[in-house]
Amino acid sequence: MLDLAKYQSIGQALKDALDQFANEICLIESDRDREKDRLTYGEFKKRAHPVAKALQDSGFAAGDRAAIIMTNQSKWLISACAMFFCGGVLVPLDYKLTPDEQWQLLKHSGASVLVTEYPIWRQLTAAPGRTEAIALKTILVTEAPPNAALNGAQRWEDFHGNGEPSFVSRARTDPATIVYSSGTGGRPKGCVMTHENYLEQCVALTSIYPFAPGFRYLSILPTNHAIDFMVGFFGPFICGATVVHLRTLRPEYVREAFPKYKITYVSLVPLVLKNLQKGLQARFEALPPSQRKIFNALVATNKALTKRRPHLGLSRMLLKQVHQAFGGELRAIIVGGAFSEPQTLQFFYDLGIPVANGYGLTEAGTAITVNDLKPFRADTVGKPLPGMEVRILNPDAEGIGEVAVRSKTVMSGYLNDPELTAETIVDEWLMTGDLGRFDSTGHLQLFGRKKNMIVTEEGKNIYPEDIETVFDSLPVKEFCVFAANYIWRQRSLVGEQLVLVLHLEPGQTFTDELRRDLSSRNSRLLNYKRVHGVLLFNEDFPRTASLKIKRNILAERLARLDRASAISPL
Amino acid sequence: MRTLEQTTEEILALASKHFNVPANTLSPDDDFFKKLGIDSLQTLELLSRLENHFGVELPDYEVQGVSDFRTLASRIQSRL
Repeated sequence: MLDLAKYQSIGQALKDALDQFANEICLIESDRDREKDRLTYGEFKKRAHPVAKALQDSGFAAGDRAAIIMTNQSKWLISACAMFFCGGVLVPLDYKLTPDEQWQLLKHSGASVLVTEYPIWRQLTAAPGRTEAIALKTILVTEAPPNAALNGAQRWEDFHGNGEPSFVSRARTDPATIVYSSGTGGRPKGCVMTHENYLEQCVALTSIYPFAPGFRYLSILPTNHAIDFMVGFFGPFICGATVVHLRTLRPEYVREAFPKYKITYVSLVPLVLKNLQKGLQARFEALPPSQRKIFNALVATNKALTKRRPHLGLSRMLLKQVHQAFGGELRAIIVGGAFSEPQTLQFFYDLGIPVANGYGLTEAGTAITVNDLKPFRADTVGKPLPGMEVRILNPDAEGIGEVAVRSKTVMSGYLNDPELTAETIVDEWLMTGDLGRFDSTGHLQLFGRKKNMIVTEEGKNIYPEDIETVFDSLPVKEFCVFAANYIWRQRSLVGEQLVLVLHLEPGQTFTDELRRDLSSRNSRLLNYKRVHGVLLFNEDFPRTASLKIKRNILAERLARLDRASAISPL
Repeated sequence: MRTLEQTTEEILALASKHFNVPANTLSPDDDFFKKLGIDSLQTLELLSRLENHFGVELPDYEVQGVSDFRTLASRIQSRL
């Protein structure tokens, strides 16, 4: 692993990694049964440098912003590496957003370069919005079919400069990326992350979950996500490890990838982890009674032997078949993006597969706490990572209060939003909006949220304000969307749902026609953003002098209603 | 060569069978997430079934943002 204390920027570290690990396998890209690409770090450099040179020839300079909207694949990482080499600021955007949302963020970020895949570009060009992204000058499209209409874009594959690019150095405090944590429908939250944020986070994470040449990371979470960017790109690269990309995420191909590539680490969101658990449980239950009895005894033995800490070698021997299905070399499953249920984490740990669960948010530079497995504690989100100061603000009688973080990994602020930045970072402390407490052994436990938002099992942050536009001009007096748990405070982070509060006009009734209208609007939202139910409220919403809804006061009034009977499913 | 209507009908029949939802309750414009009560992961499972049935390869991006049977059918139809 490179000694990151000596480095000033992501670009500088990546540049050295490509030379230091020139003969190690850097990337494997697989599409179903076919292996599409296998690159050493040396070969990766030979692909990244011509792109960097072409970017520089096009006028891309230090501090310029370049967006990537791509699925996980080699050209994502090659493009990012080229941008960092030029001193650029990377804007990784979620390929799962709608084209309108992507245009909105492209505009907000001020990106002058966009790298995307042809199918995504096709959808982007079919949507209005391009004229508003005025800073956008260079659009590179990968894998466009011959004779495809490029609509002003260039083919990524032809975007090669001649000669060597000039490396552009950056300071640790310079922006490295702008990562959107949410806010596509209303107030975009573009977290400006510095080079230092990443360098420090990488040192902290790899001290607990190390990478090395020969380690293979299966990259499934989108690379625009803070977790995959760190453990599926920067972390493995500065250690000379291998990143495996799959072009399809069908469960059957993901399952095959583990034994095929002898995967060392994988990151999953809780939804996928739970699905994996269900699949394994079904297989265990289908075992003949005698085999099942033996299997259960082996699991019990493993559980007893790994109570204090994991013993990978022992677990692999005891539960050979289970571990072989995962390739036999899996060290840990990293789970993040949302809260995981303790029983799911325990299920895997009992099989001898440690699950590195933790807690973090983009604003804090990915992870704040991680389970260090000494011992494994499924009921907590682990202990603060090295370099993280975590405290509980205004704890109640049970010690529960808002989690605040101070660290070199905390973002410098939200792009173009000093007001929101000042609300979020107070005297260097990042206010997470999450409620938690430390137990007697220093493990953090989470107990819900103070803020009006939800996080889905797929790791998506949804702010109610952001989806309200879909209900604009609804034929009612007024409406508002809430996280149900914000109204009725829950000590839980699972099964979070959104609720639409309607105040009807005097004399108006909730008709089938109105319900159909709501359902139709709701279905325009991506499935994970949809509201779960409707709540009728027969009072005027409290508002500020500028007529903004006072959401906290409205929530207090709504909380007097009985949750179960007040919400009607949509 | 199947017509778009035939492709749509076959998708509805497959979805009905795979997710145990009565066929007569499904229609082409239905939101399959809601009607079948499935998540994004189960949608990928459905895609694999559809690929095997129709003998086509459907890249994941082809169904990105698609949530109704009719649009799904048109994406498959274009690859038949």
